[in-house]
Amino acid sequence: MKVLVPLKRVVDFNVNIRLKADGSGVDKTNVKMSMNPFDEIALEEAVRLKEAGKADEVIAVSIGVEKGQDILRTALACGADRAILVIAEEDVEPLNIAKILAAIVAEEKPELVLMGKQAIDNDCNQSGQMLAALLGWGQGTFASKIELADDAIQVTREVDAGLQTIKVNLPAIVTADLRLNTPRYATLPNIMKAKKKPLDITTPDKLGVEVRQRLTILETVEPPVRQPGIRVTSVAELVDRLKNEAGVL
Amino acid sequence: MSARETMEVDVVVVGAGPAGLSAAIRLKQLAKAADAEISIIVLEKSAEIGGHILSGAVLDPAALDALVPDWKERGAPLETKVKSDSFRVFTKNGSFAIPSFFLPPLFSNHGNYIASLGSLCAWLGEQAEALGIDVFPGFAATEILYNEDGSVKGVATGDMGRAADGSEKPEFAAGMELHARYTLIGEGARGSLAKQLDARFSLQENAQPQKYGLGIKEIWEIDPKKHCLGHVEHTLGWPLNNDTGGGGFLYHAAGNKLFLGLVVHLNYKNPFLSPFEEMQRYKTHPHLARLLEGGKRLSFGARAMTSGGWQSIPELAFPGGALIGCSAGFMNLPRVKGTHNAMWSGMKTAEAVFEALSIGRSNDLLAGLNARVTDGEIKADLKKVRNAKPLLSRFGTLFGTLFSGFDLWTNTLLGFSVFGTLGHGAPDYASLNKARDSKKIDYPKPDGKRTFDRASSVFLANLSHSEDQPVHLVLKDPSLPIARNLPDFDEPAQLYCPAGVYEILRDEDGKPRFNINAANCVHCKTCDIKDPAQNINWVPPEGGSGPSYQGM
Repeated sequence: MKVLVPLKRVVDFNVNIRLKADGSGVDKTNVKMSMNPFDEIALEEAVRLKEAGKADEVIAVSIGVEKGQDILRTALACGADRAILVIAEEDVEPLNIAKILAAIVAEEKPELVLMGKQAIDNDCNQSGQMLAALLGWGQGTFASKIELADDAIQVTREVDAGLQTIKVNLPAIVTADLRLNTPRYATLPNIMKAKKKPLDITTPDKLGVEVRQRLTILETVEPPVRQPGIRVTSVAELVDRLKNEAGVL
Repeated sequence: MSARETMEVDVVVVGAGPAGLSAAIRLKQLAKAADAEISIIVLEKSAEIGGHILSGAVLDPAALDALVPDWKERGAPLETKVKSDSFRVFTKNGSFAIPSFFLPPLFSNHGNYIASLGSLCAWLGEQAEALGIDVFPGFAATEILYNEDGSVKGVATGDMGRAADGSEKPEFAAGMELHARYTLIGEGARGSLAKQLDARFSLQENAQPQKYGLGIKEIWEIDPKKHCLGHVEHTLGWPLNNDTGGGGFLYHAAGNKLFLGLVVHLNYKNPFLSPFEEMQRYKTHPHLARLLEGGKRLSFGARAMTSGGWQSIPELAFPGGALIGCSAGFMNLPRVKGTHNAMWSGMKTAEAVFEALSIGRSNDLLAGLNARVTDGEIKADLKKVRNAKPLLSRFGTLFGTLFSGFDLWTNTLLGFSVFGTLGHGAPDYASLNKARDSKKIDYPKPDGKRTFDRASSVFLANLSHSEDQPVHLVLKDPSLPIARNLPDFDEPAQLYCPAGVYEILRDEDGKPRFNINAANCVHCKTCDIKDPAQNINWVPPEGGSGPSYQGM
């Protein structure tokens, strides 16, 4: 069985992001970029499936700028067998992503697409679901545990009320949540070996997909700064302030 | 314990800073020219090349011109030429400029660039990779490996995925041994491996003790009306008193950015002094307050630098390798620059290594390396300023500056010094007066606009550090901070650490306890230098930990 793992290159989670002076978006110059943490978890799960003998090949794919090669090399060091980079502009919208992935699925014919539930930059949480719709495949989102049977996959999902377990027929899309696993480190020997693994570069054109962005960003603003708290001296004052200043009573 | 994998290479370089990358690039250039195969690995503890680099920086491009002559075409991030230069002395509320005709020519920044050394290193890393050099960010060299004959065999990278108690977490991955014919150590000021090599091979024995300064830098975006692209200012005096060496810098960089910082020499005497608070106070001076009005702070960082200069250069070679860059210490204090010398040292060491490799040598002593590295550019740069630091240490800022100005002129015009070569006296850790003989310093509270506390500052260093890993600030004797440093010096770690790593906490009975917040560490190494008990050993945490400086 082939497993396809889509990976997004995002601003590293430790970086305190800053807006561009003109408010047109987040300033990414000189900013440390790395693999979206949820995608890292999806990749780890795919590699574990392979190590358990349940998958034959793990293919990592990323869509974006040329520097996306960095995270694909990391993926190869962490156990992916080969990688595909689809060169496109940065921040391609989820529907475009899903269409490009659908085209790759048509070529590679994986039985499982394992991906992060969302990217930590725009938090869209849409690409997996859209891909499932385009392919007409079943989906198990927010997975915290998966078990592979012959022609189906059992997915434990993190939902608001607790855990929900569903069975999805293969081929399927599974999106990974935080608790699915703890990803491994890319070790130095494996990074060296990964340099020799194949990394193909293609474009949406070659895949027959027209990238059309549908959203226009009007403005990006910082969240309001939290006002400092105050200490009240009596219950009466508290009630008074809640009523007359905060206007919540 | 899991077995470590081993790899054999010709040269391993520890640290992807200006020295390490210059050494690797020069080696590869020489190998290509001679049609020889040389395998080079560069290890870097930062998750990204340049992520732990902090410098002013006004760069003298002389060494870069020699290393990559077409750096402009290749897009090196040196864009802002220095256009104007001033040198001011600060009093509490005012300042005056020292006319440039008083200043020896070496102070001139004509032909230099205002740049981010971090960005330059990232670019040098790309050049190195394009030449076929393997640069591995995110891997700290934590151990020196020795051959049976005592020569250096290489280094090992640290284990990943150890819990705080030292046990192996499920994602544990053992470090790797890199065996090399020659090992080059370019860890920067006060490197943890250089320290071990010095202890083993007595490299500093015939030199003066190394001296250090702590540089704290902030990047601001300021009002375009107040920004003056290419303008460079250096300041002396306030907020530091006459007993405390150091000075400030204000560089107007591209994008309405202001690189501003304060260097405090680590031979300061008052245990109540806080370099961090001095830096915050510096920004309240009317000259800076005007510039910063309406601006926004973008980044914060701190790093120790060497300042011992010519007479503190250690024996560079040890059997099987060499110290390069600030691991040895080539900072030119009066010029406030060191990058050019770090690069020269890397390049010239690479030339010596290449010759040795070419005739089949390995793991031996590169004899005569000091002369080979320093003869020429480095000596010309450092020797004439050799008395500046000792004069400042002896006579304080006011007379020290006057005397060293005089000394620089006689060295420049007449080629000699009436002082000969002065020594540095005691190392920095031994300079503190006892707390009971010292005056407390009343630092103003942060206003949240211009001045800030440690927590909000360290936040801007983009720290990443897994909490569940062994503490990387190792106390040789855990009782000393409370038993000795607290009564004698009020435990100065609380104040000299710019990141708030060290705290004295008291339990309900008022009993003190020494607390180490290792995850706050910005890798400046000041604790390793300044602890009066020399009890704190800074070792690299898990690779990829620490700050993630952008454009520093």
